[in-house]
Amino acid sequence: MFESVADLVARAESEGSPLWRVVLAEEVEESGRGEEEVVERLHQRLETMRQAVDRGLGSDAPSVSGLLGGGARRFEAWRREGESVMGPFLGKVVARAQATMEVNARMGTIVATPTAGSSGILPAVLFAAGEELELDDEALVRGLLVAAGVGQVIVARASVSGAAGGCQAETGSAAAMAAAALAELRGGTPEQASHAIAFTLQGMLGLICDPVGGLVEVPCLTRNVSGAIQAVAATELALAGLKFPIPADEVIDVMGQIGAELDEKYRETARGGLAATPTGRELAAKVRWEGPEFENTNVARAEDLTREEPPGEGA
Amino acid sequence: MSVFDVIGPQMVGPSSSHTAGALRLGLLARAVLGGTPERATVGLHGSFASTYRGHGTDRAVVAGLLGMAPDDERIPRSLEIARREGVEIAFESVDLGPGAHPNTLRIELEGDGLSTSLVGASVGGGAVRVTEIDGREVELTGRYDTLLVLARDVPGTTAEITRLMAEEGINIAFLEVSREKRGGEATLIVETDHAIPEELIARVQRYEWVRFARRLQKVTD
Repeated sequence: MFESVADLVARAESEGSPLWRVVLAEEVEESGRGEEEVVERLHQRLETMRQAVDRGLGSDAPSVSGLLGGGARRFEAWRREGESVMGPFLGKVVARAQATMEVNARMGTIVATPTAGSSGILPAVLFAAGEELELDDEALVRGLLVAAGVGQVIVARASVSGAAGGCQAETGSAAAMAAAALAELRGGTPEQASHAIAFTLQGMLGLICDPVGGLVEVPCLTRNVSGAIQAVAATELALAGLKFPIPADEVIDVMGQIGAELDEKYRETARGGLAATPTGRELAAKVRWEGPEFENTNVARAEDLTREEPPGEGA
Repeated sequence: MSVFDVIGPQMVGPSSSHTAGALRLGLLARAVLGGTPERATVGLHGSFASTYRGHGTDRAVVAGLLGMAPDDERIPRSLEIARREGVEIAFESVDLGPGAHPNTLRIELEGDGLSTSLVGASVGGGAVRVTEIDGREVELTGRYDTLLVLARDVPGTTAEITRLMAEEGINIAFLEVSREKRGGEATLIVETDHAIPEELIARVQRYEWVRFARRLQKVTD
């Protein structure tokens, strides 16, 4: 496992091999699985990610709460009509980030990268790159490996949990992973990948986790859109040769420190931020499940908590 | 840590910590009991207590108690399935103190004449950490196939069990031995690199000083 981005980059440079190969070699050594098996499993994960994107783009099914649904499809149609000025790459990123998050919000199957609440970002960037840069799945799996190396460093040095470190720990980490993957896919050097990570995460520091009604819906879905765009822009800065003066590892460390200092109301408790706005509270009240709220000692039985209709996938 | 901890789990949404992680804690509690419980009381602490409904934490824990995997499409219906199978479940909000991770669960189970309790936290991205089993402090991640043994504290117990594992060709990754007091009850937690065969559990169970032996299959990919 990698303890630092600097370590990852140094190993790639000293061995003269790309980042993905360094991460793959480490995984083979740590897990005892063969290289082929690791790669095969990553292909399976990629396929699940692709299915989630396709399901999201292809369905208007509502989320568990009814707060979301159909946004990805609507945006994709609007974009295809030529209304977007972002260009096809970013337009696809924005549509695909929403797609996975909509599937997630209706309790559909996704791959947590690194978490479910941030699962829109990495597939959005990877599949947009795949389509626009005409990359095959082998290339995208190499992107997954680089992203995984970065995610491991973040878990070791900081956190990827919104309850522990706020949204910066979830979407910030996912965006940093996506940035490094994109840098790799576009032929960037390991050092450029490290700057892509730093450029990405510096822009997401301090982001709180404030889910309306405690649901992974608002603002999680659109925060995935922000994170994905941040990852693409930051990678371009790095590929153009710009360097962020604070090293990636220090940006990761400070993300962890900020997270630890965040008030509990900003760490996935739905008691602060957008969740606590007048409208946020109103929406939360509307989506409240049947049955009693338990406060401290009240015990709610399972049947009281079961809704009439299971949410299901509906796609 | 594996790349599949970060590129995964493959799971039913919406939250890796509040859904997949909660499910894994349910799976581990089920394994400690040794099967599907007849009765379960699930205490939710911190963020779990505040947001369990929106995250489907209730359904996820129950899915774990029923033995479902994180990507089982029946998870959204698990409460219904539990009721149909006659599993009685109650949820409560608990305060486990300021030291507890914000996503902590306390699961108390009864079944087949046995009862057990487990306290564990979901620490992000679906990873979990079990901190207490039957009131004893433990350190368990579910990343390894694990042998859990409660035994009388007599000389040679650890040596005997590690010898059995060596015979089976099972490599030990981590070994934790603790006890309440001298001559009291000892807890052995053996995390291994290989799957633990059912027969080994039966062999361990045969020692007269063993009160209880369980195999906890790893819950990560």
